[in-house]
Amino acid sequence: MRTKPRTAPQRGFHYDYLMWLLTRLTALAMYLIAIVGIIAALLMSARQNMTVADLMRWAFMPNPNHIANTNVPDVEVWKGLFWQGMGISMLFFAGAHGLHGLLNVLEDYISRTRVRNALRILVFLVWVLMSAIGIYVILTS
Amino acid sequence: MGLKRDVGLMEGLRYQGKGPMLTYILHRIGGLGILLFVALHILASFLSNQAWGTSAGIFINTIYEHWLFQIFIFFCALFHAINGLRIVILDLWPKLIEYQREAIWLEWFVFLPIYCIALFVIIRGGLGG
Repeated sequence: MRTKPRTAPQRGFHYDYLMWLLTRLTALAMYLIAIVGIIAALLMSARQNMTVADLMRWAFMPNPNHIANTNVPDVEVWKGLFWQGMGISMLFFAGAHGLHGLLNVLEDYISRTRVRNALRILVFLVWVLMSAIGIYVILTS
Repeated sequence: MGLKRDVGLMEGLRYQGKGPMLTYILHRIGGLGILLFVALHILASFLSNQAWGTSAGIFINTIYEHWLFQIFIFFCALFHAINGLRIVILDLWPKLIEYQREAIWLEWFVFLPIYCIALFVIIRGGLGG
């Protein structure tokens, strides 16, 4: 079983470099969304009504289900277009970052070109499917 | 790194990468752990809202709400987040790569206290305290 040698990546702007950059930038974006979530939660009376674990759950994904078991008086403030948008951006960044990371790990251990290409398509389809399910969950909760 | 890429498992384990290698391995395991958790969580919250899938959704819920899984997933998430921030900072400002060892020490100094406190809380809750 011999594998064909792959061409070395070129310098400058190309797919691998863009994905490398995207991984870093999405990480920063996720930090930003989490920080905005924490600050907004503290402004919306999280300090009196939530535990640290609940606050972290909210920071991780600003979804009203995550504060359903807290003492927050008005749950309506924690819903709405803004938080849905934040949730969907979090899902988008996390999905792109995570599934590209998975592909990176897989390609480190799999060298056959045909298997790699099949995995790329498979991971992309998984990303589209899970994003669709996730967006549906965010919009209906 | 040489051009020979197909290194066997035992040969790989014998590689003495020390601190940076450890963070690399843990970053990988952590990333895959988070991916597993997020996928399960999306599926569970989707199924729980469907009439035909409620019991399946609740079953998946009990997996990741177990305190042993929480110990694992909190390690993954916290380590991946802190180590990832270190990677991002060092990669976007390449001159700082000179201080990689110090950055990894700093990372453990941030990680360990937070993780130990959380571990204490999770285990106390898990043992019914």
